[in-house]
Amino acid sequence: MNATISRRPMSRAARRSALPGFRLSLGVTLLWLSLIVLIPLIALALRPWSLGLTGLWHAISEPRVLAALRLSFGAAGLAALLNVPLGLLIAWVMVRYRFPGRNLADALIDMPLALPTAVAGIALTALFARNGWIGALLTPLGIKVAYTPAGVLLAMLFVGLPFVVRTLEPVLMTLPREAEEAAATLGASRVQTVWRVVLPALVPALLASFAAALARGVGEYGSVIFIAGNMPMVSEIAPLLIVIRLEQLDYAGASALALVMLSFSFFLLFVLNGLQARIARQSAA
Amino acid sequence: MNSRHSVIRESRATQFVLILATVAILVVLLLLPLAVVFSEALRRGLPTALAALASPDAITAIQLTLLVAAISVPLNTVCGLAAAWCIGRFRFRGRSLLITLIELPFSVSPVISGLVWVLLFGANGWLGPMLDDAGIRIIFALPGLILATLFVTLPFVVRTLLPLMQSQGATEEEAALTLGASGWQVFWRVTLPNIRWGLLYGVLLCNARAMGEFGAVAVVSGHIRGQTMTMPLQIEGLFNDYDWVGAFTIAAVLALLAVLTLIAKAALEWRIGRRGGMLA
Repeated sequence: MNATISRRPMSRAARRSALPGFRLSLGVTLLWLSLIVLIPLIALALRPWSLGLTGLWHAISEPRVLAALRLSFGAAGLAALLNVPLGLLIAWVMVRYRFPGRNLADALIDMPLALPTAVAGIALTALFARNGWIGALLTPLGIKVAYTPAGVLLAMLFVGLPFVVRTLEPVLMTLPREAEEAAATLGASRVQTVWRVVLPALVPALLASFAAALARGVGEYGSVIFIAGNMPMVSEIAPLLIVIRLEQLDYAGASALALVMLSFSFFLLFVLNGLQARIARQSAA
Repeated sequence: MNSRHSVIRESRATQFVLILATVAILVVLLLLPLAVVFSEALRRGLPTALAALASPDAITAIQLTLLVAAISVPLNTVCGLAAAWCIGRFRFRGRSLLITLIELPFSVSPVISGLVWVLLFGANGWLGPMLDDAGIRIIFALPGLILATLFVTLPFVVRTLLPLMQSQGATEEEAALTLGASGWQVFWRVTLPNIRWGLLYGVLLCNARAMGEFGAVAVVSGHIRGQTMTMPLQIEGLFNDYDWVGAFTIAAVLALLAVLTLIAKAALEWRIGRRGGMLA
């Protein structure tokens, strides 16, 4: 997300490109995208309507479906909300400080993206189970994480963190230091400077990082289902309910739920792109 | 530290506390889960773990995972190169729509990435009954696993190549063309050497995802033991059967792959002078 692909027109030379292979590469690209992305997604967009409008409404207004959607969106929202300050702290330290082991820490931040979700899922379950390394410390305090909605939250915290850090880092790196110096020269304390000068400049990036973590959390499946306990109405996430509907051969019901989630993801993507464009304008100014 | 910078820096004590907090978060949230995988796999000793890996089902799962990656990664690499050439070197109507379509799989839930194939080829799907009559199996078989993997890993190669090719520009390629090189010669002798590290970076991330994908393949696999279980699915199966050591042993292999991927990625980032994140 840091190396944003430019959507602006390219240089004059490239526009009247003398390079060959346009038709061949465009043909391959169109075929590839149509077969792998476009046709499957059209199938998904059309399928739920076979239920009719009332049937579609019933399929997504069922209490179990609503509970699953509430859990997926609620836990993902809360996880993203918690991940923003955590990620900001990590991004700040990584960008501004030098300390031993910094390179190792930098590699570690991408761990949730590199570690397969099923592996993350069973690892978090083992850690937070009653007799796990962390679970054993929490049990005497009466805190249960594994097999509860708190487990869902934890898994979403894990998968969302790199999205926040990696969205904030490049913005922090390009933040002009002059404003901070000016504030300090004018007598602001360091806390005042960070709160009144740095944070306001970071708002679009913070919102973008929130949206990115939220989008990831809502759709997350592998790392959640092992630790969630998957009790209908309590700790059953929406993607799992899609899988259950499919196993019951209720294709239309599954795709209705999928369509609701997909619409939300696209809405988030739209917001995210708008924010990214704003960040790009800001750093260009 | 000169005085110009000391006014916009936190005190040493504050820095120390913030660094400590960061390290604590990284260790508890990211390092411990990794460590627990290896610790649980070796709980009954290395021989037990190795025996679990040598079981016929585990071997089939490893072979299937390698096979799925060996088919889907090259396909997405070749098509990704074509897309990067056409989007990165030409300007045409609908170009930004293509970029949006390419990025789409990243914002779709893995479960939905599998579901779309079931809607097309499943027993109740659009083409399912027709294919069934012809005796072709896609869902609950290898083709389904490959299609689901193709969908989730589609963006990786293009997304790493596009910014790289755009920043490099086309001048070298145009020069080669003026000097009489053919189109393919330009591609093999100029473009490919210029983007080789970026390409390797994209392939690396694509492969890591292909071998580790769970949600999308879980939907199309049907969980047939010894037939359609890739390594991540095998982990789920063993875990649900309370075969703790077996599940964590396969998980340890995949975790090792993740660690190697991160190391190779750091090395490549140093090489291509790019920093931060598997997201781009």
